[in-house]
Amino acid sequence: MDINTLRIIATVASFIVFIGIVVWAWSRRREVDFKEAANLPFEQD
Amino acid sequence: MSLNSSEAVMYNDTVVRQFSIMAVIWGVVGMLVGVIIAAQLYIPELNLGLPWTSFGRLRPLHTNAVIFAFGGSTLFATSYYVVQRTCQTRLFGGSLASFTFWAWQLVIVAAAVSLPLGFTQAKEYAELEWPIDILIAVVWVSYAIVFFGTIGKRKVKHIYVANWFFGAFIIAVALLHIVNSAAIPADFMKSYSAYAGVQDAMVQWWYGHNAVGFFLTAGFLGIMYYFVPKQVERPIYSYRLSIVHFWALIFTYMWAGPHHLHYTALPDWTQSLGMVFSLILLAPSWGGMINGMMTMSGAWHKLRSDPILRFLIVSLSFYGMSTFEGPMMAIKTVNALSHYTDWTVGHVHSGALGWVGMVSMGALYYMIPRLFGQKQMYSVKAIELHFWMATIGIVLYISAMWISGVMQGLMWRGVNADGTLTYTFVESVKATYPFYALRLLGGLLYLGGMLVMLWNVLKTTSNGQSVNVPVPPVAAHA
Repeated sequence: MDINTLRIIATVASFIVFIGIVVWAWSRRREVDFKEAANLPFEQD
Repeated sequence: MSLNSSEAVMYNDTVVRQFSIMAVIWGVVGMLVGVIIAAQLYIPELNLGLPWTSFGRLRPLHTNAVIFAFGGSTLFATSYYVVQRTCQTRLFGGSLASFTFWAWQLVIVAAAVSLPLGFTQAKEYAELEWPIDILIAVVWVSYAIVFFGTIGKRKVKHIYVANWFFGAFIIAVALLHIVNSAAIPADFMKSYSAYAGVQDAMVQWWYGHNAVGFFLTAGFLGIMYYFVPKQVERPIYSYRLSIVHFWALIFTYMWAGPHHLHYTALPDWTQSLGMVFSLILLAPSWGGMINGMMTMSGAWHKLRSDPILRFLIVSLSFYGMSTFEGPMMAIKTVNALSHYTDWTVGHVHSGALGWVGMVSMGALYYMIPRLFGQKQMYSVKAIELHFWMATIGIVLYISAMWISGVMQGLMWRGVNADGTLTYTFVESVKATYPFYALRLLGGLLYLGGMLVMLWNVLKTTSNGQSVNVPVPPVAAHA
């Protein structure tokens, strides 16, 4: 396979992963977890 | 909450205290060297005619001291402080944390001795010769073991976003340092880069720009994500935004380096790629700034009475400003004017003094009293004074460099109708002269503020004593 084909695949795959992260972050199911995580600095002292 | 004192585990704050105090001391030293070389640019005789005190040797001493000694010590201190408290566990690795402190100080001393003596690999921000590079790599791997080991034994479910930024900073800096420092030793304290020609230049600026992106940005965003919410006393504005802008930064920063090599032997397409990725970087950078700023919503009145918060929020304003300026300067046609002029120097300092410096000072003012069993710093008025000296100093510095830089750029490209240059080079040097005095004044103010901080820190620590804070018993996190 041509090295450039590999490069194209890597770039497109990275972009799809990023879009996946955005969708994941905005999904309703994350809301409770994120709220919990955001409060972590206030639980220690 | 009941505390079983016989089983109470303490946070390892000794190493945090050591790094915090040294951050302040190295801050004074690094900024003093900066003021000295700014004075040399105005009065060249101040180099004393000696090789060890010449501009070319003191300038890398200044950059290494402020970035790796002041910035580095601040990052070690804050990351160790934050990772323990957000993971609710003591630092992993026992005395390995202490090793990172002493070995990092040894790196700094080795830099302070070898750079004035003229030992250099001649790579910007990576000047240190190979034996010191190896020591840095050892410290950095130890740092990674301590940090990720602590995350591994955390008592809570989630990894707080600040730790994501600290973690990315640690991994990326290890990668950058090891790749860019690859060299063939020719002698003790003499080596040749493993790369040649334009590849060497590209590796260097891949390193250089990511040192800005991961050392001076991701690491300090980690600081922002913990200390802004703590000081405002409310959680970060949007946790999802923090995740998305984190990954956007990670995916984009690595490609922006070529903008340092516009109009060079680097292939055109690589330059354009670097320019485009630099422009994209505006979005994740502003994502972080907006997230920090919006955490203030409903609590803006706190800015009036709280100088620590003012440090943190003004640092975010400078972050927003320099991450707007950066992408603009990466556009090739703008770069044709700005490159090699004082505009670049001004841009770097709006990021370094404004963003990195002020967020560090805010975090240190937050941590130091707590680490020494005090409610607040010895003098809150002195924090206020420091804030204004620093802010006015930065404004003087960057506006002087903007004017001087744009003027230089315009004079260098001025062409007469017959094709000859309008100005000789020395005319442009002469034109910048008054602005170098203004820059020196700005630098003096910024250094003066840091001296006020040193005094305040010494007073606070001598009034208090080292306190060990117990790790809270694990609450129900289900």
